[in-house]
Amino acid sequence: MSATSVTEPTGRVKWIAGIVVVGYALVTLIPMVWIMLTGFKTPSDAISYPPKLVFQPTVEGYVNLFTTRTRMTPEQIEGLGPAENFAQEIVRERGMVIVGASRFGERFLNSIIIGFGSTFLSILLGTLAAYGFSRFKVPLTDDLMFFILSTRMMPPIAVAIPIFLMYRTLGLSDTHLGMILLYTAVNISLAVWLLKGFIDEIPREYEEAALIDGYTRFQAFWKVVLPQAATGIASTAIFCLIFAWNEYAFAVLLTSGNAQTAPPFIPTIIGVGGLDWPAVAAGATIFLLPVLVFTVVLRKHLLRGITFGAVRK
Amino acid sequence: MKRLLTTTAIALAFCAGAAQSAKAEDLTLCWASWDPANALVELSKGFEAESGHTMNFEFVPWPNFADRMLNELNSGGQLCDLMIGDSQWIGGAAENGQYVKLNAFFEENGITMDDFIPATVTGYAEWPKGTPNFWALPAFGDVVGWTYRKDWFERPELQAEFQEKYGRELAPPNTLAELKDIAEFFQGREIDGKTVYGAAIYTERGSEGITMGVTNVLYNYGFTYEDPANPYHMDGFVNSEGAVEGLEFYKELYDCCTPPGSSDWYMSQNIDAYKSGQVAMQMNFAFIWPGVEADPNVGGGKSGYFVNPEGPGGHFAQLGGQGISVVAFSDKQDAALEYIKWFAQPEVQQKWWESGGYSALSAVVEDPGFASSQPYAQTFLDSMAIVKDFWAEPAYADLLLAMQDRVHDYVIAGNGTAKEALDALVEDWTETFEDEGKL
Amino acid sequence: MTDKASVPERMVRATPPGVARTVRGLSDRALAWLFIGPTILLLLAINIFPLLWTIYLSFTNYRANRFNRDVEWVGLRNYERVLTDDDIWQAMQATAHFVVWTIVLQVLIGFTLAWLINAKFRGSNFWTTIIVLPMMLSPAVVGNFWTFLYQPQIGLFNAVVGFLTGTDPASFEMIGDVDLAPWAIVIVDTWMWTPFVMLICLAGLRSIPAYVYEAAEIDRASAWRQFWTITVPMVLPFLMLAVLFRGIENFKMFDLVVQLTGGGPGSVTELASINLKREAFEKWRTGYSSAFAIVLFVTVFGLASIYVKALNKVKER
Repeated sequence: MSATSVTEPTGRVKWIAGIVVVGYALVTLIPMVWIMLTGFKTPSDAISYPPKLVFQPTVEGYVNLFTTRTRMTPEQIEGLGPAENFAQEIVRERGMVIVGASRFGERFLNSIIIGFGSTFLSILLGTLAAYGFSRFKVPLTDDLMFFILSTRMMPPIAVAIPIFLMYRTLGLSDTHLGMILLYTAVNISLAVWLLKGFIDEIPREYEEAALIDGYTRFQAFWKVVLPQAATGIASTAIFCLIFAWNEYAFAVLLTSGNAQTAPPFIPTIIGVGGLDWPAVAAGATIFLLPVLVFTVVLRKHLLRGITFGAVRK
Repeated sequence: MKRLLTTTAIALAFCAGAAQSAKAEDLTLCWASWDPANALVELSKGFEAESGHTMNFEFVPWPNFADRMLNELNSGGQLCDLMIGDSQWIGGAAENGQYVKLNAFFEENGITMDDFIPATVTGYAEWPKGTPNFWALPAFGDVVGWTYRKDWFERPELQAEFQEKYGRELAPPNTLAELKDIAEFFQGREIDGKTVYGAAIYTERGSEGITMGVTNVLYNYGFTYEDPANPYHMDGFVNSEGAVEGLEFYKELYDCCTPPGSSDWYMSQNIDAYKSGQVAMQMNFAFIWPGVEADPNVGGGKSGYFVNPEGPGGHFAQLGGQGISVVAFSDKQDAALEYIKWFAQPEVQQKWWESGGYSALSAVVEDPGFASSQPYAQTFLDSMAIVKDFWAEPAYADLLLAMQDRVHDYVIAGNGTAKEALDALVEDWTETFEDEGKL
Repeated sequence: MTDKASVPERMVRATPPGVARTVRGLSDRALAWLFIGPTILLLLAINIFPLLWTIYLSFTNYRANRFNRDVEWVGLRNYERVLTDDDIWQAMQATAHFVVWTIVLQVLIGFTLAWLINAKFRGSNFWTTIIVLPMMLSPAVVGNFWTFLYQPQIGLFNAVVGFLTGTDPASFEMIGDVDLAPWAIVIVDTWMWTPFVMLICLAGLRSIPAYVYEAAEIDRASAWRQFWTITVPMVLPFLMLAVLFRGIENFKMFDLVVQLTGGGPGSVTELASINLKREAFEKWRTGYSSAFAIVLFVTVFGLASIYVKALNKVKER
C-alpha cells in the first residue's frame, strides 16, 4: 500500500485489489457453476470419467426432479400410445414412464412457508427485544444477552429428542407452525445480537427529540428508530433466512410427509439405482434461487446496512 | 312365513355384504424411496381397484430410512399402516410390539410360508430365527452379487493375456482368489484410452456399507456370528483364524484393486463407478440389475452377472431385501391385512417381478420361464440359495455400528491388524449383549 | 398475542404531560419487559425446557426405543463413561482441529477480502454479491455435492488441482485419505463461510469514520502504522463477533460433514455432533448421549463466556 491516504487508495491499488477479489470470486464460483451445469447433463454425462466440460445439454435432470417414474418393458410402453409431451418423451427414452409428480414441489413450498415465516417472526421479536435491551435499563442486560446467545450453543441433535417428544404431545410434530417456532427460537439469538449492535449505533437524540415532541415510546420506535435500522434489519433478515432455508438436522429428524422442507430431500434423489446427480443438481439450483433473489433485492440494504458508521457524528 | 324368511335372508345378505365391503380406508405404506418403490405404486393400483381402499405412500431415501422409520416405530407413530422394513428390524419390532404377528392371519387366509423362498422366510419374516413366528410377508428379495463388464472380458487380446498370465480363461470367477486375480489384472489397465480399475466394493462408513461388503468375504472364510451350540458366545467364531484371514483378504482387495477415492462407497457410488467405466466389476445388491441392463453405456448385453464367489470356508452371500409388515399402532389393521393378502397372490407376485420387483414367491422364481426372463434372473436365483444375514437382534444397530467402526478403521484407515479389529469387535458385541441381558 | 402496542400507548396517553416527562426519564420497566418478553418466553419454551429434560435424561439409563423398560436413575455413571471414552476424546480432537483451522482460514481470507473490497474498486459491489453466493446454499446439499466434486475420477476438484499443479488427478484422494480428509472438510467449510466473516469485517471497516484516518495522515502516520493502530483495533470487535458465531456453529457442525465423509475414514472426521447422533439416534442410548450433549454444551458455554467477556472489554475500548 502506498503511503498516501488510506481512505482513498490510488488507482493502481484499486486495480490490484480488484484483480485479487475478482480472482477469488471466480474460483469460488467454480463449484457453483459446476452444480448448475450438472443440472443440464444426462445422468451418464454427469458421472463421466474424466469429467466433461462440453456436453449435450438436456432438461432430463429437471424432469426427473419433478416426477416419479417407473420402469416398463418396451412392449408395455408401446402399448401406451404416443407420449403426450416432451417430458414423457425424455423419460421414455430411458425405458421408463412418468407415473406422477414427485414431492419436490411440496417440499419447496414448505421451505418457503417455513423459511420466510420464521424469518419474519425472528425479525419481529428480535427487533423488539434488541430495542428493549438497547434503550431501556433492563436489569442484567449482559447476562440476559449471554443467556440468549447460549441457547444457540446446544447441538441440534441433542435438543432433537426432547423437542420431538414435546412436539408430539403438543401436536406440533411435522407441522409448519412447529418448525417456524423452532427456527425462530434458534435464529433469535443471532437476530438480537446483530440488531442490538445496529440499534446501539443509532443516536438516542432522535428518539429523545421525538419523545419531547409528544410521541409515545412505541411511536418513537416505529417512526424514528425503525427506518434508520432498516438496513441493519435487512442484513439480519438475510442471515436468518439463510439459516432457516437451509437447515437440515431438525428438518430430517422432526418432519416427514407434511412439513418436510427441501434440504433433507435433495441429497437423496435416487435415480436408476444410484443418486440422480442431474436431478440433485437441478434441485440444488432451484432451491438456491429464492435466497439468491432475496439477497440481490436487498443487496443495497445489505451493503449499506453495514455502513451504519456513517450515522455516527 | 315366506316373507319373514325372505326378509331375514335379505337382512343377513346385507350384513354379510356390509361386513365384506367395510368402509374404504386410506392406507399408508412406508418404504425406502427407490426404483422398486415406484414400481410398487403402479402395482398397487390393482389393489385399489379391487378393494376400494386408497393407497398412500411414504418413501424415505435409504440414507434416512432407518432413522425416520425407527423413530416412527419407537414413538408409537401412526404414520404407517404398512411398513416394508429392513430385515434387521424384525427382532426389535417383534420384541417391542411394533409389528403385528401374522401367524393367525396367514392361517385364516391360506397363506403359507412354504410358498416362499426359505431363505427369505428366515431372513425377513421369522423372529426368533428358526421358529415359526412370522412378523412379515417376504416382499422384496435381494442379495449381494457381482456385475462385470462382459464386453471387456470378451476382448481377444485381454483373453490371451489373461490366459498366459494365469493359465485359465478370463471368465466370471468361481472363488474369491480368482476374483482377486481378475481385479489385479484390470487394475490400472488402459482400456479405450482411459485408466480403469479392478473392482468397486462396499466401503461406506456412515450406515452399513462396509459391513454389507465385508461379510461376503468373511462368511466364505468361515466367519460365523456365534457358537452354534452356545448362543451369543462369539470368541473363536467371530475372530477365528479363518475370519482373520478373510478380513485381511478384504483389505488386500481394497488396497490393490479398487479405484482411488473409493473409501466411502456404497450402492450409489459403486453404480456410478461401474457405469462411468471406471471398474471391471462391482459388488452390489441385485436390485440394481434392471438399471444396469437399461443403461446406455453398460447395458444391453455389455454386462454380465455372477454369484458371490466361494471361499476356503464356505459359499455364502449377504442377504438384503425386506418383508412387508403391519404396524401395530395402526388403527386400520384389517384393511392393511387385506393389502398383504392381495400382495401374496401368485398373479400379483408375477406382475411384481415383471415390473422390477424381486418377488420372493417360490412359484415365481421356480417357473421355467423365470431364468430366461432376464439376463440376471439365474444369478439372482443362485444367489438367493446361498444367503446369510447379519444379526436381526433388537440391538442390531449397536452391533452394526460396532462392526462398521472396527472394520472401517482397519480396512480403510489402516489401523491395527485384522486380529485386533476382530478381537475388539468381540468385546464390543459381548458388551452389547451383556447390556441386553442375553449374556 | 395481546396488542402490545396499545398498552404502552394507552399508558402514555393516560398520563398527564408533566408526569409523562418524568416517567420517560426512568427505565420504563413494564414497557421493557413487553419488548423483551416474547423473545424470552419463546426461548424458555423451546430451548430451556428441552435443556432441563436433557439434563434429567443424562442421569438415567433411558433408551428412547425401549419404552417398555423401566427407567433407572444411574447418577453420574453416564458422565464417567463419557469422560473416559476414547471415542469421545477422538471426536473432540477432530472437532477442535476443524474449529481451529476453519476459523484461522476464514479470518485470514475473510479479512483480506474485506480489506480489498473496501478499496472500492469499480464493480466491487457486484463481485461482493458473487462472493457471498456459497453461503446461501444448504450445508447438507453442499456436503453431498462436494463428495461428487472430490471423487478423483469423475469429480472436478482433482481435475482442477491436476490442471493447475500438474499432479496426476488419480494420485491423491481427499475424502478417503486419513491425512487429507480433515482438510477436505476444512476446505469446504471455508469455501462456504468465508463470505460471512468477510461481510462482518466489511461492516467493521466501513464503520471507521474517515476523519480518524485523516487525522492520522496529518500526523504523518505511515499506512502500516495506520493499519495497526486504527484499522485493526476498530475492526476487532466485529471480527471477534464473527469468530464467536463461526466458532459456535462449527463446534456443532453436523450436516455438512456427515454428508461429506460420514465421519470417516475410520473415525478421523467424526465430529462431536456426528458421534452424538450415532449414540442418540442409531444406538438409542438416550441417557448416555444426553450426558455427552451436556458435556458439549458446558464446554461451549464455558469457552464462550470467557470469549464474550473479552469481546465486551474490546468493545468498551
